[in-house]
Amino acid sequence: MKKRSYDSIVIGGGSAGLAAAAEIAGRGYHVAVIERELTLGGILNQCIHNGFGLHYFKEELTGPEYAERMIDMTAHLPGIDFFLDSAVLEVKGPRGGEPRSGAENAEGPLHNGGLVVYGISKHEGITEFTASSIVLAMGCRERNRGNIGIPGTRPAGVFTAGLAQRLVNIDGYVPGKDVVIVGSGDIGLIMARRMTWVGARVHGVVEIQPYPSGLTRNIAQCLNDFNIPLYLSHVVSEIHGSRRVEGVTIMPIEDRHEQSAKSFRLDCDTLLLSVGLVPDNELSRRLGVVLNPETGGPYVDASLMTSVPGVFACGNVLHVHDLVDWVTEESTRCGGNVCDYLAGGKTPWQGAVAAGANVKYVLPNRYAPSRKNVFYLRTLVVKNRALLRATIGGRTLLERRLPHVQPSEMVTFTLGPDAFNGAHGTAGQGGLADGRLEVSIE
Amino acid sequence: MESYDVAIVGAGVTGAAIARRLSAYSLDVALLEKECDVSFGVSKANSGIIHAGFHHSPSSLKARLEVLGNMMYDALQRELHFPFRRCGIVVAAFSIEEMKTVERLYTQGLENKVIGIELCSRDRILSLEPKLNPDVVGGLHAPSGGIIEPYRFVFSLVESACKNGVTLKREFEVVEAEVSRVRRHRFVLRSRSGDAIRTRWVVNAAGLFADEVSRILGGEELKIIPRKGEEFLMDRNAKGYPSRVVFPVPSPDSKGMLVIPTVEGTTMIGPTAVEVEDKEDLRTTLENFERVCSSARRLVPSVSERDIITSFAGLRPTLAGNDFYIAVSKAQPHLIQVAGIQSPGLTASPAIAEYVKDLLKQDGLPLVERPDFDPTIEEVPRLRELDPEEADRLVQANPDYGEVVCRCETVSEAEVVAAIRRGHTTLDGVKFYTRAGMGRCQGGFCTYKTLKIIEREAKLSLGEITKRGEGSFVLGSTVGDLPVGGES
Repeated sequence: MKKRSYDSIVIGGGSAGLAAAAEIAGRGYHVAVIERELTLGGILNQCIHNGFGLHYFKEELTGPEYAERMIDMTAHLPGIDFFLDSAVLEVKGPRGGEPRSGAENAEGPLHNGGLVVYGISKHEGITEFTASSIVLAMGCRERNRGNIGIPGTRPAGVFTAGLAQRLVNIDGYVPGKDVVIVGSGDIGLIMARRMTWVGARVHGVVEIQPYPSGLTRNIAQCLNDFNIPLYLSHVVSEIHGSRRVEGVTIMPIEDRHEQSAKSFRLDCDTLLLSVGLVPDNELSRRLGVVLNPETGGPYVDASLMTSVPGVFACGNVLHVHDLVDWVTEESTRCGGNVCDYLAGGKTPWQGAVAAGANVKYVLPNRYAPSRKNVFYLRTLVVKNRALLRATIGGRTLLERRLPHVQPSEMVTFTLGPDAFNGAHGTAGQGGLADGRLEVSIE
Repeated sequence: MESYDVAIVGAGVTGAAIARRLSAYSLDVALLEKECDVSFGVSKANSGIIHAGFHHSPSSLKARLEVLGNMMYDALQRELHFPFRRCGIVVAAFSIEEMKTVERLYTQGLENKVIGIELCSRDRILSLEPKLNPDVVGGLHAPSGGIIEPYRFVFSLVESACKNGVTLKREFEVVEAEVSRVRRHRFVLRSRSGDAIRTRWVVNAAGLFADEVSRILGGEELKIIPRKGEEFLMDRNAKGYPSRVVFPVPSPDSKGMLVIPTVEGTTMIGPTAVEVEDKEDLRTTLENFERVCSSARRLVPSVSERDIITSFAGLRPTLAGNDFYIAVSKAQPHLIQVAGIQSPGLTASPAIAEYVKDLLKQDGLPLVERPDFDPTIEEVPRLRELDPEEADRLVQANPDYGEVVCRCETVSEAEVVAAIRRGHTTLDGVKFYTRAGMGRCQGGFCTYKTLKIIEREAKLSLGEITKRGEGSFVLGSTVGDLPVGGES
């Protein structure tokens, strides 16, 4: 068994892992990136459509182009080693898997390699990596038929949209000729167009909500331009076919009630599911990282460190983003925090962050009043001219009018030391009336 | 034409156990399966419970073979390496009335000679299973009950049988038979695709289709009624599930809906029990999903719909009277009927095989032990069960162990290759052998990897690979094949 030691190990070589690793290596630390595929870039490689990079690179790129930019910014850095075609089998915290308690967190970084990662590959066998810090950057996975419980038979021909996308764009295989898509998220819409372009007929996109869950431009460019019907407030209530999909029953929902009498059947040989993404936290769980049921990702403090000291998280493993640009921003910042941690900087005083009215979640879950804090939040409501408000103990730190909010579009805002002045007296003394930062949408 | 001493129709757990038992003798045995892989009928969609033997009356053949079968599993596991664990079974009673039924089950269990069976007070049953609904008033504990991966058991039995000379014919659906009264080889069996074999004896272990096979062979009239069971599988990370199989108090025609910790660490809830007409009706429904969830929650309140990763349905092949029918045919000499093998058929299968072997002997089949019979098969190591040192040694010896195909269940390429080399060349076959695609992502990440390994190892084009045999193709065509631009 090979043994290797690093300052930091980044698990996952997609957009999150690359940005974090670039930042860590750029500041002179020795970092390993472990990637299970043969190529870096993660899911971007199969997203051959454009629309990426408008915020971060200020130009429109395809997924593979965005990945290439990230790789170019990272690969040449000294102090960075890539382990491709390598899976992580196990991760262990300090003292054989037992996470240290919060009190011990104050001791600072775990030097001399308190964290252990077991990687496996065909060529190297098992490698035992030890490090003082880990960045979780494993991304997310797709929800599937079982998660949404579509009744009926279990024939071949039911695919998640991302798997279908991979089969078409990377392997060159077409899942079927006559397609129905469940879910109007962006992957589903993109795949409606992609399947049409390879010669399949897309008979409809079925969305349970009364409004589409993907971007408006994708509805126009992926459905309307191809005359693909969008069934809003409808569900697939049954799958037919014993060997291969032969059709689906589609049922309208009116006033939250299923209208089975108004059901109709669409014949198809393929059903694609675009019904949501979930952070892929199996390794985190085994490491003892505490997960947030609202996001599916870890609880993190102001520096994006999880409940296990030295273990950080960024990108879609932390929460599912809608734009890769935000993944890059968040992960670069995470890499910087890892460097601060490795340098043994004293952890500043942190207060709790809570989701207030109409907010599904706010990340990170702690704030540090002495620093600049970048927050991401998702709303629970669709609203025009919404008011974003951040308060501590009844005192308003930030109020901002947003033209439009909806659950599928992430909201971001920043609070610097200026905003906290006066709200706390002197930061770091604790014991203040109520240090809880509450964020609401009104 | 190939000639056999015995042809077994049906490679489910019953047929497979009989084939494996007969492989210990110097006989020519054919095992005929209509599907593209063994266990793909009744045996694959099954609760995977090794029953303890208290559910059936001592006068039934079921009870006798159930208790005998249960006791044979430890030795079989040592030889055949299938996932099996004696986790124990509890029956939870929620009223004084239900407790009376539990007492009757206890007495029945004693009469059936169930090992270790005990009556439990409320305190006792809650100390055994703290996750039970605290409204429980008492119950039954049978430590000899267990759990198994049923398809893996069938795969192992068939592998062992074939190793000892049994001929397996997949996609051999018996559609026609000629019966001669004069020839030594009494039967000629013809398949749908036109193949034919001769055989002296036929064992009808055709599960749901035992009635049709009996008719084709000129046997007595049987009527198999499919009784559907829907089950739901929970994520292995789901918290708060019991460590033993938890039964409710049974009704006259069903053992009820259970909470089943599977041998691989997931949890299953179900099954329903509804008689259906169609022998291929494997649909699941929303109503039954809700029924199963609420029944399971009555037993174990922490059961959560959010943890469900997939559902499936199976059909029990039931006969009127609800007992097994295992006998030399009354209508057709040299035909052994093994019909109505529903629960506890899996538990009883090794004992059924013993019983059928005796019936064949009484019917005149000479049994001479094969001197070179080898009861063991090769154990294929599973990456997820190894510690890092062991895994490292394995990768050095076989680099395919270093490639993780299924991340949810930690399945290596070497295990997928082992499945394919044993004839499991469909996506479902690979899944049942290795567990690749059985975890929480349900194949979202590993399907393309598995397809490519099947393509390479089985020398099939990607377009030829199926989910589970004829008609269940996975991919339609390649990019560029379809006409583009509004052709209808």
